[in-house]
Amino acid sequence: MEFKDYYKIMGVARDATQDEIKRAYRQLARKYHPDVSKEPDAEARFKEVGEAYEVLKDPEKRAAYDQLGANWKAGQDFRPPPDWNAGFEFSGGGFTGGDAADYSDFFEALFGGRGFRPERGARAAYRAQGEDRHAKILIDLEDAFTGATRTISLRVPETDAMGRVHTREHKLNVTIPRGIRAGQHIRLAGQGAPGIGGGKPGDLYLEVEFRPHPLYRVEGRDLYLDLPVAPWEAALGASVTVPTPGGKVEMKIPPGSATGTKLRLKGRGIPGTTPGDFYVVLQVVVPPADSEDKKAFYRQMAETFRTFNPRAKLGV
Amino acid sequence: MKTHIISSRLSGIILEEQTDLTLADLSRACAVHAERIIELVEEGVLTPTGDAPQRWRFSGAHMRRASVALRLQRDLGVNLAGAALALELLDELDALRARLRILGG
Repeated sequence: MEFKDYYKIMGVARDATQDEIKRAYRQLARKYHPDVSKEPDAEARFKEVGEAYEVLKDPEKRAAYDQLGANWKAGQDFRPPPDWNAGFEFSGGGFTGGDAADYSDFFEALFGGRGFRPERGARAAYRAQGEDRHAKILIDLEDAFTGATRTISLRVPETDAMGRVHTREHKLNVTIPRGIRAGQHIRLAGQGAPGIGGGKPGDLYLEVEFRPHPLYRVEGRDLYLDLPVAPWEAALGASVTVPTPGGKVEMKIPPGSATGTKLRLKGRGIPGTTPGDFYVVLQVVVPPADSEDKKAFYRQMAETFRTFNPRAKLGV
Repeated sequence: MKTHIISSRLSGIILEEQTDLTLADLSRACAVHAERIIELVEEGVLTPTGDAPQRWRFSGAHMRRASVALRLQRDLGVNLAGAALALELLDELDALRARLRILGG
Protein backbone atom coordinates (compact mmCIF):
# COMPACT_ATOMS: atom_id res chain seq x y z
CA MET A 1 0.00 0.00 0.00
CA GLU A 2 1.16 3.52 -0.68
CA PHE A 3 2.34 5.85 2.02
CA LYS A 4 0.24 9.00 2.20
CA ASP A 5 1.86 12.29 3.12
CA TYR A 6 -1.03 14.00 4.88
CA TYR A 7 0.97 17.20 5.41
CA LYS A 8 1.70 17.45 1.70
CA ILE A 9 -1.94 16.77 0.81
CA MET A 10 -3.02 19.61 3.10
CA GLY A 11 -0.16 21.84 1.94
CA VAL A 12 1.03 22.56 5.49
CA ALA A 13 4.37 22.18 7.27
CA ARG A 14 4.92 19.25 9.64
CA ASP A 15 5.00 21.69 12.56
CA ALA A 16 1.82 23.52 11.53
CA THR A 17 -0.46 24.55 14.39
CA GLN A 18 -3.93 23.04 14.74
CA ASP A 19 -5.35 26.42 13.64
CA GLU A 20 -3.24 26.42 10.48
CA ILE A 21 -4.39 22.90 9.70
CA LYS A 22 -8.02 23.86 10.16
CA ARG A 23 -7.59 26.91 7.93
CA ALA A 24 -5.91 24.84 5.20
CA TYR A 25 -8.70 22.27 5.40
CA ARG A 26 -11.44 24.89 5.07
CA GLN A 27 -9.76 26.40 2.00
CA LEU A 28 -9.22 23.06 0.28
CA ALA A 29 -12.71 21.84 1.17
CA ARG A 30 -14.25 24.91 -0.47
CA LYS A 31 -12.05 24.45 -3.52
CA TYR A 32 -12.78 20.75 -4.05
CA HIS A 33 -16.27 20.30 -2.63
CA PRO A 34 -18.04 18.13 -5.23
CA ASP A 35 -21.19 20.28 -5.09
CA VAL A 36 -19.21 23.42 -5.81
CA SER A 37 -16.12 22.50 -7.79
CA LYS A 38 -15.90 21.85 -11.51
CA GLU A 39 -12.39 20.43 -11.24
CA PRO A 40 -12.42 17.01 -12.93
CA ASP A 41 -10.96 15.14 -9.95
CA ALA A 42 -12.74 17.23 -7.32
CA GLU A 43 -14.41 14.30 -5.59
CA ALA A 44 -11.18 12.30 -5.21
CA ARG A 45 -9.27 15.36 -3.97
CA PHE A 46 -12.06 16.23 -1.53
CA LYS A 47 -11.94 12.74 -0.03
CA GLU A 48 -8.16 12.79 0.18
CA VAL A 49 -8.20 16.15 1.96
CA GLY A 50 -10.96 14.91 4.29
CA GLU A 51 -8.88 11.86 5.19
CA ALA A 52 -5.76 13.97 5.83
CA TYR A 53 -7.78 16.31 8.03
CA GLU A 54 -9.34 13.42 9.91
CA VAL A 55 -5.82 12.45 11.04
CA LEU A 56 -4.18 15.85 11.48
CA LYS A 57 -7.03 17.57 13.33
CA ASP A 58 -6.99 14.95 16.07
CA PRO A 59 -3.87 15.44 18.25
CA GLU A 60 -3.83 11.71 19.15
CA LYS A 61 -3.92 10.47 15.58
CA ARG A 62 -1.53 13.18 14.47
CA ALA A 63 1.01 12.19 17.12
CA ALA A 64 0.70 8.54 16.11
CA TYR A 65 1.13 9.45 12.45
CA ASP A 66 4.14 11.69 13.19
CA GLN A 67 5.76 8.80 15.00
CA LEU A 68 6.10 6.99 11.64
CA GLY A 69 8.79 9.54 10.92
CA ALA A 70 9.39 12.19 8.32
CA ASN A 71 11.40 9.97 5.99
CA TRP A 72 8.43 8.47 4.21
CA LYS A 73 7.64 9.83 0.76
CA ALA A 74 4.15 9.98 -0.72
CA GLY A 75 3.48 6.94 -2.90
CA GLN A 76 6.26 4.85 -1.31
CA ASP A 77 5.31 1.24 -0.58
CA PHE A 78 4.27 1.12 3.04
CA ARG A 79 3.67 -1.55 5.71
CA PRO A 80 2.82 -0.37 9.20
CA PRO A 81 5.47 -1.53 11.69
CA PRO A 82 4.15 -4.19 14.09
CA ASP A 83 2.56 -2.65 17.18
CA TRP A 84 3.31 0.71 15.66
CA ASN A 85 0.76 2.40 17.87
CA ALA A 86 1.76 0.67 21.12
CA GLY A 87 2.20 3.12 23.91
CA PHE A 88 -0.41 5.48 22.61
CA GLU A 89 -3.56 5.82 24.50
CA PHE A 90 -6.53 6.41 22.32
CA SER A 91 -9.81 7.72 23.53
CA GLY A 92 -11.49 5.62 20.89
CA GLY A 93 -13.40 8.48 19.34
CA GLY A 94 -11.95 7.23 16.09
CA PHE A 95 -14.05 8.10 13.13
CA THR A 96 -16.07 11.25 13.13
CA GLY A 97 -16.88 11.75 9.47
CA GLY A 98 -19.86 10.12 7.85
CA ASP A 99 -17.77 9.12 4.85
CA ALA A 100 -15.30 7.01 6.82
CA ALA A 101 -15.94 4.11 4.45
CA ASP A 102 -14.21 6.10 1.70
CA TYR A 103 -10.85 6.36 3.45
CA SER A 104 -7.78 4.79 1.85
CA ASP A 105 -6.24 1.42 2.69
CA PHE A 106 -3.35 3.37 4.19
CA PHE A 107 -5.70 5.08 6.65
CA GLU A 108 -7.41 1.79 7.41
CA ALA A 109 -4.10 0.06 8.13
CA LEU A 110 -3.16 2.73 10.63
CA PHE A 111 -6.42 3.73 12.21
CA GLY A 112 -8.94 1.08 11.21
CA GLY A 113 -8.08 -1.32 14.01
CA ARG A 114 -9.00 -1.57 17.64
CA GLY A 115 -8.65 1.56 19.71
CA PHE A 116 -9.61 3.97 17.00
CA ARG A 117 -12.84 2.39 15.96
CA PRO A 118 -15.77 1.90 18.35
CA GLU A 119 -16.03 -1.69 19.58
CA ARG A 120 -18.53 -3.99 17.92
CA GLY A 121 -20.60 -4.37 21.08
CA ALA A 122 -21.13 -0.68 21.26
CA ARG A 123 -22.17 -0.71 17.64
CA ALA A 124 -24.78 -3.43 17.82
CA ALA A 125 -27.34 -1.18 19.39
CA TYR A 126 -26.72 1.44 16.76
CA ARG A 127 -28.93 1.36 13.74
CA ALA A 128 -28.68 3.74 10.86
CA GLN A 129 -29.63 4.11 7.26
CA GLY A 130 -26.71 3.60 4.87
CA GLU A 131 -25.10 6.59 3.19
CA ASP A 132 -26.39 7.70 -0.17
CA ARG A 133 -23.88 7.34 -2.97
CA HIS A 134 -23.42 9.65 -5.93
CA ALA A 135 -21.90 9.00 -9.30
CA LYS A 136 -21.87 10.61 -12.74
CA ILE A 137 -22.69 8.84 -15.96
CA LEU A 138 -21.91 10.02 -19.45
CA ILE A 139 -24.48 9.12 -22.07
CA ASP A 140 -25.01 9.98 -25.71
CA LEU A 141 -27.68 12.47 -26.62
CA GLU A 142 -29.28 9.76 -28.76
CA ASP A 143 -29.82 7.66 -25.59
CA ALA A 144 -32.20 10.34 -24.30
CA PHE A 145 -34.26 9.92 -27.47
CA THR A 146 -34.57 6.17 -27.42
CA GLY A 147 -33.82 5.18 -23.83
CA ALA A 148 -30.86 2.83 -23.25
CA THR A 149 -29.21 0.41 -20.89
CA ARG A 150 -25.77 1.22 -19.53
CA THR A 151 -23.43 -0.82 -17.40
CA ILE A 152 -21.82 1.33 -14.80
CA SER A 153 -18.97 0.40 -12.55
CA LEU A 154 -18.63 1.72 -9.01
CA ARG A 155 -15.95 1.15 -6.41
CA VAL A 156 -17.61 0.17 -3.18
CA PRO A 157 -15.77 -0.11 0.15
CA GLU A 158 -16.73 -3.20 2.14
CA THR A 159 -15.84 -4.35 5.63
CA ASP A 160 -14.96 -8.04 6.08
CA ALA A 161 -15.41 -10.20 9.16
CA MET A 162 -12.03 -9.04 10.51
CA GLY A 163 -13.13 -5.43 10.30
CA ARG A 164 -10.79 -4.68 7.41
CA VAL A 165 -11.97 -2.57 4.53
CA HIS A 166 -11.58 -3.63 0.91
CA THR A 167 -12.83 -2.03 -2.26
CA ARG A 168 -14.85 -4.12 -4.58
CA GLU A 169 -16.05 -3.28 -8.03
CA HIS A 170 -19.79 -3.18 -8.26
CA LYS A 171 -21.34 -3.36 -11.71
CA LEU A 172 -24.88 -2.30 -12.32
CA ASN A 173 -27.05 -2.45 -15.40
CA VAL A 174 -29.09 0.70 -15.37
CA THR A 175 -31.95 1.64 -17.64
CA ILE A 176 -31.61 5.21 -18.87
CA PRO A 177 -35.14 6.55 -19.14
CA ARG A 178 -36.16 8.15 -22.44
CA GLY A 179 -36.39 11.91 -22.14
CA ILE A 180 -33.69 12.32 -19.50
CA ARG A 181 -31.80 15.59 -19.61
CA ALA A 182 -28.29 16.66 -18.64
CA GLY A 183 -28.02 17.55 -14.97
CA GLN A 184 -30.91 15.32 -13.95
CA HIS A 185 -30.43 12.51 -11.47
CA ILE A 186 -31.53 8.91 -11.69
CA ARG A 187 -32.36 7.66 -8.23
CA LEU A 188 -31.85 3.94 -7.61
CA ALA A 189 -33.48 3.17 -4.28
CA GLY A 190 -31.50 0.86 -1.99
CA GLN A 191 -28.34 0.79 -4.17
CA GLY A 192 -26.28 3.04 -1.90
CA ALA A 193 -24.13 1.98 1.05
CA PRO A 194 -25.52 -0.83 3.23
CA GLY A 195 -27.24 0.19 6.45
CA ILE A 196 -25.68 -0.28 9.87
CA GLY A 197 -27.24 -2.62 12.42
CA GLY A 198 -30.08 -3.67 10.16
CA GLY A 199 -30.81 -0.16 8.94
CA LYS A 200 -31.99 0.41 5.38
CA PRO A 201 -29.38 0.78 2.64
CA GLY A 202 -28.91 4.25 1.18
CA ASP A 203 -29.82 5.25 -2.36
CA LEU A 204 -27.63 5.64 -5.40
CA TYR A 205 -27.91 8.87 -7.38
CA LEU A 206 -26.58 8.97 -10.91
CA GLU A 207 -26.07 12.41 -12.37
CA VAL A 208 -26.52 12.35 -16.12
CA GLU A 209 -24.24 14.22 -18.46
CA PHE A 210 -24.23 14.12 -22.25
CA ARG A 211 -21.08 13.49 -24.22
CA PRO A 212 -20.42 16.55 -26.37
CA HIS A 213 -22.21 15.99 -29.67
CA PRO A 214 -20.51 16.82 -32.98
CA LEU A 215 -23.69 18.44 -34.36
CA TYR A 216 -26.07 19.48 -31.62
CA ARG A 217 -25.82 21.75 -28.61
CA VAL A 218 -28.18 21.04 -25.75
CA GLU A 219 -29.90 23.57 -23.52
CA GLY A 220 -32.28 21.94 -21.07
CA ARG A 221 -34.69 20.04 -23.29
CA ASP A 222 -33.97 22.12 -26.42
CA LEU A 223 -31.41 21.33 -29.10
CA TYR A 224 -29.51 23.71 -31.36
CA LEU A 225 -27.99 22.97 -34.76
CA ASP A 226 -25.90 25.34 -36.87
CA LEU A 227 -27.16 24.82 -40.42
CA PRO A 228 -24.97 25.99 -43.32
CA VAL A 229 -26.96 27.48 -46.22
CA ALA A 230 -26.01 28.97 -49.57
CA PRO A 231 -26.58 32.74 -50.04
CA TRP A 232 -29.36 32.10 -52.59
CA GLU A 233 -31.12 29.68 -50.21
CA ALA A 234 -31.12 32.38 -47.53
CA ALA A 235 -32.14 35.17 -49.88
CA LEU A 236 -34.77 33.39 -51.96
CA GLY A 237 -35.98 30.77 -49.52
CA ALA A 238 -35.56 27.04 -49.99
CA SER A 239 -36.56 23.64 -48.78
CA VAL A 240 -33.62 21.81 -47.15
CA THR A 241 -32.97 18.53 -45.37
CA VAL A 242 -32.01 18.86 -41.71
CA PRO A 243 -30.55 16.08 -39.54
CA THR A 244 -32.17 15.63 -36.10
CA PRO A 245 -31.52 12.87 -33.54
CA GLY A 246 -35.00 11.55 -34.37
CA GLY A 247 -34.18 11.32 -38.12
CA LYS A 248 -33.95 13.62 -41.13
CA VAL A 249 -36.65 16.23 -41.66
CA GLU A 250 -37.54 18.60 -44.49
CA MET A 251 -37.57 22.22 -43.52
CA LYS A 252 -38.54 25.45 -45.28
CA ILE A 253 -36.16 28.38 -45.09
CA PRO A 254 -38.11 31.62 -45.49
CA PRO A 255 -36.93 34.16 -48.11
CA GLY A 256 -34.84 36.99 -46.67
CA SER A 257 -33.10 34.86 -44.02
CA ALA A 258 -29.56 35.65 -42.86
CA THR A 259 -26.76 34.23 -40.70
CA GLY A 260 -28.10 33.94 -37.16
CA THR A 261 -31.74 33.51 -38.22
CA LYS A 262 -33.24 31.01 -35.76
CA LEU A 263 -35.89 28.61 -36.99
CA ARG A 264 -37.82 26.33 -34.67
CA LEU A 265 -38.97 22.76 -35.20
CA LYS A 266 -41.52 22.40 -32.44
CA GLY A 267 -41.37 19.27 -30.31
CA ARG A 268 -38.26 17.86 -32.01
CA GLY A 269 -36.02 18.37 -28.98
CA ILE A 270 -35.59 15.90 -26.14
CA PRO A 271 -38.82 13.88 -25.81
CA GLY A 272 -41.05 13.94 -22.75
CA THR A 273 -44.48 15.01 -21.57
CA THR A 274 -43.43 18.50 -22.64
CA PRO A 275 -40.94 17.72 -25.42
CA GLY A 276 -38.21 20.23 -26.14
CA ASP A 277 -37.83 22.14 -29.39
CA PHE A 278 -35.20 21.86 -32.08
CA TYR A 279 -33.63 25.14 -33.18
CA VAL A 280 -31.86 25.60 -36.47
CA VAL A 281 -29.46 28.54 -36.56
CA LEU A 282 -28.60 29.53 -40.13
CA GLN A 283 -25.01 30.12 -41.18
CA VAL A 284 -24.69 31.60 -44.66
CA VAL A 285 -21.69 30.05 -46.41
CA VAL A 286 -20.02 31.95 -49.22
CA PRO A 287 -19.11 29.76 -52.20
CA PRO A 288 -15.45 30.11 -53.24
CA ALA A 289 -14.64 32.13 -56.34
CA ASP A 290 -12.26 29.52 -57.66
CA SER A 291 -12.78 29.82 -61.40
CA GLU A 292 -12.94 32.61 -63.96
CA ASP A 293 -16.70 32.37 -64.57
CA LYS A 294 -17.39 32.39 -60.78
CA LYS A 295 -15.20 35.46 -60.33
CA ALA A 296 -17.07 37.12 -63.18
CA PHE A 297 -20.32 36.27 -61.42
CA TYR A 298 -19.15 37.90 -58.14
CA ARG A 299 -18.06 41.01 -60.07
CA GLN A 300 -21.45 41.18 -61.67
CA MET A 301 -23.04 40.77 -58.23
CA ALA A 302 -21.02 43.70 -56.89
CA GLU A 303 -22.29 45.74 -59.81
CA THR A 304 -25.92 44.75 -59.24
CA PHE A 305 -25.72 45.34 -55.45
CA ARG A 306 -23.90 48.68 -55.76
CA THR A 307 -25.95 50.31 -52.96
CA PHE A 308 -25.47 47.42 -50.50
CA ASN A 309 -23.19 48.32 -47.58
CA PRO A 310 -22.58 45.33 -45.29
CA ARG A 311 -20.90 47.71 -42.76
CA ALA A 312 -23.73 50.25 -42.62
CA LYS A 313 -24.24 49.57 -38.91
CA LEU A 314 -20.59 50.41 -38.19
CA GLY A 315 -21.09 53.92 -39.58
CA VAL A 316 -18.45 53.51 -42.28
CA MET B 1 -10.50 -6.70 -6.46
CA LYS B 2 -13.62 -8.83 -6.61
CA THR B 3 -16.20 -8.01 -9.19
CA HIS B 4 -19.88 -8.57 -8.76
CA ILE B 5 -22.08 -8.30 -11.76
CA ILE B 6 -25.73 -7.83 -11.27
CA SER B 7 -27.27 -8.89 -14.51
CA SER B 8 -30.82 -7.84 -13.80
CA ARG B 9 -31.65 -4.42 -15.08
CA LEU B 10 -32.23 -1.64 -12.59
CA SER B 11 -34.72 1.03 -13.42
CA GLY B 12 -34.53 4.23 -11.48
CA ILE B 13 -36.76 7.23 -11.42
CA ILE B 14 -35.75 10.68 -12.60
CA LEU B 15 -35.36 12.58 -9.39
CA GLU B 16 -36.21 15.96 -10.88
CA GLU B 17 -39.55 14.71 -12.16
CA GLN B 18 -40.80 13.56 -8.78
CA THR B 19 -43.54 15.71 -7.28
CA ASP B 20 -45.76 15.75 -4.23
CA LEU B 21 -43.09 14.79 -1.70
CA THR B 22 -44.15 15.50 1.88
CA LEU B 23 -41.99 16.96 4.64
CA ALA B 24 -41.62 13.42 6.01
CA ASP B 25 -40.53 12.05 2.59
CA LEU B 26 -37.92 14.77 2.22
CA SER B 27 -36.57 14.38 5.78
CA ARG B 28 -36.26 10.63 5.28
CA ALA B 29 -34.56 10.99 1.89
CA CYS B 30 -32.04 13.47 3.31
CA ALA B 31 -31.68 11.46 6.55
CA VAL B 32 -32.26 14.51 8.77
CA HIS B 33 -34.89 15.62 11.27
CA ALA B 34 -37.83 17.55 9.86
CA GLU B 35 -36.60 20.65 11.74
CA ARG B 36 -33.61 20.88 9.41
CA ILE B 37 -35.92 20.93 6.37
CA ILE B 38 -38.20 23.49 8.02
CA GLU B 39 -35.14 25.72 8.56
CA LEU B 40 -34.33 25.48 4.85
CA VAL B 41 -37.87 26.54 3.96
CA GLU B 42 -37.73 29.44 6.43
CA GLU B 43 -34.43 30.58 4.92
CA GLY B 44 -36.03 30.54 1.46
CA VAL B 45 -33.75 27.77 0.14
CA LEU B 46 -36.78 25.55 -0.54
CA THR B 47 -40.11 26.84 -1.78
CA PRO B 48 -42.72 24.11 -1.39
CA THR B 49 -46.35 24.54 -2.36
CA GLY B 50 -48.93 24.46 0.45
CA ASP B 51 -49.41 26.90 3.31
CA ALA B 52 -48.45 24.84 6.37
CA PRO B 53 -45.73 22.26 7.07
CA GLN B 54 -48.19 19.35 7.07
CA ARG B 55 -49.48 20.45 3.65
CA TRP B 56 -46.11 21.30 2.13
CA ARG B 57 -45.33 19.47 -1.10
CA PHE B 58 -41.81 19.31 -2.49
CA SER B 59 -40.37 18.32 -5.88
CA GLY B 60 -37.39 16.16 -6.73
CA ALA B 61 -35.42 19.34 -7.51
CA HIS B 62 -36.12 20.45 -3.92
CA MET B 63 -34.73 17.15 -2.66
CA ARG B 64 -31.54 17.73 -4.60
CA ARG B 65 -31.29 21.31 -3.36
CA ALA B 66 -31.86 20.29 0.24
CA SER B 67 -29.14 17.64 0.12
CA VAL B 68 -26.62 20.09 -1.39
CA ALA B 69 -27.48 22.71 1.27
CA LEU B 70 -27.06 20.14 4.05
CA ARG B 71 -23.77 18.86 2.64
CA LEU B 72 -22.36 22.39 2.31
CA GLN B 73 -23.21 23.04 5.95
CA ARG B 74 -21.69 19.76 7.11
CA ASP B 75 -18.53 19.80 4.98
CA LEU B 76 -17.63 23.48 4.77
CA GLY B 77 -18.76 24.65 8.20
CA VAL B 78 -20.93 27.40 6.70
CA ASN B 79 -24.17 28.36 8.40
CA LEU B 80 -27.61 28.20 6.84
CA ALA B 81 -27.43 31.71 5.35
CA GLY B 82 -23.99 30.92 3.88
CA ALA B 83 -25.27 27.72 2.30
CA ALA B 84 -28.26 29.61 0.88
CA LEU B 85 -25.95 32.23 -0.62
CA ALA B 86 -23.67 29.55 -2.09
CA LEU B 87 -26.68 27.81 -3.69
CA GLU B 88 -27.88 31.03 -5.30
CA LEU B 89 -24.41 31.74 -6.69
CA LEU B 90 -24.15 28.16 -7.97
CA ASP B 91 -27.51 28.58 -9.74
CA GLU B 92 -26.28 31.75 -11.37
CA LEU B 93 -23.04 30.05 -12.40
CA ASP B 94 -24.99 27.14 -13.94
CA ALA B 95 -27.21 29.54 -15.89
CA LEU B 96 -24.15 31.42 -17.21
CA ARG B 97 -22.38 28.19 -18.17
CA ALA B 98 -25.49 27.03 -20.05
CA ARG B 99 -25.63 30.39 -21.83
CA LEU B 100 -21.98 30.02 -22.80
CA ARG B 101 -22.62 26.54 -24.24
CA ILE B 102 -25.47 27.89 -26.40
CA LEU B 103 -23.15 30.52 -27.80
CA GLY B 104 -20.83 27.69 -28.76
CA GLY B 105 -18.23 28.44 -26.10
